[in-house]
Amino acid sequence: MNLAGKKVVLHDMCLRDGMHPKQHKITVEQMVTIAKALDEAGVPLIEVTHGDGLGGASVNYGFPAASDEEYLTAVVGAVRRAKISALLLPGIGTVDHLRMAADCGAKTIRVATHCTEANVSRQHINLARDMGLDTVGFLMMAHMIEPAQLLEQAKLMESYGANCIYCTDSAGYMLPDDVTARIALLRGELQPETEIGFHGHHNMAMGVANSLAALEAGALRIDGSAAGLGAGAGNTPLEVLAAVLDRMGAETGVDIFKLMDAAETAVLPIMDEPVRISRDALVLGYAGAYSSFLLFAKRAEKKYGVPSHEILLEMAHRKTVGGQEDLIEDVAIDLANRA
Amino acid sequence: MTQTDKPSKAMPRKARAAIIGPGNIGTDLLMKAMRSQWIEPVWMVGIEDSPGIRRAREMGLKVTTEGVDGLLPHIEEDRVSFAFDATSAYVHKSNSDKLTAKGVMMIDLTPAAIGPYCIPPVNLHALLESGVEGNVNMVTCGGQATIPLVAAVSRVQPVAYGEIVATVASASVGMGTRDNIDEFTRTTSSAVEQIGGAKKGKAIIIINPAEPPLIMRDTVHCLTETEPDREAITRSFREMIAEVQKYVPGYRMLNEPIFDGNRVTISVEVEGLGDFLPKYSGNLDIMTAAGLRTAEMIAQMRAGS
Repeated sequence: MNLAGKKVVLHDMCLRDGMHPKQHKITVEQMVTIAKALDEAGVPLIEVTHGDGLGGASVNYGFPAASDEEYLTAVVGAVRRAKISALLLPGIGTVDHLRMAADCGAKTIRVATHCTEANVSRQHINLARDMGLDTVGFLMMAHMIEPAQLLEQAKLMESYGANCIYCTDSAGYMLPDDVTARIALLRGELQPETEIGFHGHHNMAMGVANSLAALEAGALRIDGSAAGLGAGAGNTPLEVLAAVLDRMGAETGVDIFKLMDAAETAVLPIMDEPVRISRDALVLGYAGAYSSFLLFAKRAEKKYGVPSHEILLEMAHRKTVGGQEDLIEDVAIDLANRA
Repeated sequence: MTQTDKPSKAMPRKARAAIIGPGNIGTDLLMKAMRSQWIEPVWMVGIEDSPGIRRAREMGLKVTTEGVDGLLPHIEEDRVSFAFDATSAYVHKSNSDKLTAKGVMMIDLTPAAIGPYCIPPVNLHALLESGVEGNVNMVTCGGQATIPLVAAVSRVQPVAYGEIVATVASASVGMGTRDNIDEFTRTTSSAVEQIGGAKKGKAIIIINPAEPPLIMRDTVHCLTETEPDREAITRSFREMIAEVQKYVPGYRMLNEPIFDGNRVTISVEVEGLGDFLPKYSGNLDIMTAAGLRTAEMIAQMRAGS
């Protein structure tokens, strides 16, 4: 694989996807410390939001330690070079949240839908684009549909005004060939000026391999997370990916040793438990369930005495999509009654 | 007001109604209204010749493809006293203004919400007593399915926060909702507060494309101000669910309510009658059934029974 000289935009997730393993309780101070360390390392884009996006504060997904507004304001004020992004899931957050994030200084808005439901994102993408923001369409659980279907959905988001489209492996299910097929088709068929991105989860240990496959197939932006802090087995570990890309001669603009510092000294200490490929995370990736279900299944295991990996397997069998956390307790009760 | 749904012998005739919007919702509503003891659908209003218009004509309705303007000249002659608007929030106000000016009672199935919210088992009685006229709004599908459950808690004890999560089959979500999904979250969360009785409300909608399509599923989380009274709340849920079942028989609790500290959680699924819309789209069915129920109760009251 030859990525020599290839420009890569790395996007750090630990202050958004990393909210999942922290049950959304990362403090404002911790966010500021981590963001400064990432900024110092030259990471160009940092996402800051509730794990389930703007407006995600809820009984269903968890109440955060601070509001999106407080997090965004603090982090935007703390970084010198990095741009801050915010995630928005239509159906959870609204254009009011989007405006708030822009007012706080977010320069990138990522509008996320399930991979078949892009047409719920029109009003949010339209608005972000009209406000002059870097506007990303983020197609989640992209393993569940064929590349051609993904392209149709990507074209919708592009037509609404997204200047970048993501293939998002929310379940950490994809293998490199799955990534190649999807990214290559998007790169071949979308407008040349539309950027392509890939967001991976490390549930099958494919985070780095899939990111490389995405880059080779034409992606420009790659999501990862310092020390891997993210849902499931975490996101693609960003410092590892950066080091690999450095060896391959790709241009990330990141100081890999400072990024390792950030992972080691700023992110690792805040972990409640090691983000690793546990049996639960592996089941998520193997069967294809949404990564943030993991902690909910563990809590249901404690309460109902049903193994968490069996709950996750059942969630995958029921073809659930992101956001269906409310089904987990019901599934656990069903499994407990069946036993 | 009596509980009977049968017209009394003294009642000369059913109240006559127009349905605006011959799409999925309008057609399903038409099929339900054809069975009604209180409402007689007589007009179907569209803006172009469409399968829905042709279907309504075959079912014996008068039709117009000139929009509400095509209906206006016939209001008096055909004694149209109710109109159901199954179009979109964008055109509802104009439709409503034209019809209410002629004394037609408007049942709004769009999220426009210019009239008071109506969740039949929660506040229809109060609306009737206050002499409702003009326009009532049926909130949203998620609101119809969940607000009765929020109210079932708040009538037992104060609810500091009510949150609803509606999970619906992709095939049951039309472009109107998709183009303005924020309207769903805003209108629903506001009605969770105003009608459900929660001090603060939140609404979430999840769209799932699985095949075969899943039946509408709704979860309601309430945070009560003090320790929840489990027995009273569980009883209240059962009574409320029985009320909803009067017009949506496929409305059922999935598991026993969950109590965890001050959190009360209940999940229901909503299977439709399958009149015109498939059974999984209980979200649409509960809207048409609630809208019809509202019109029937108003007609019944006006008939003086």
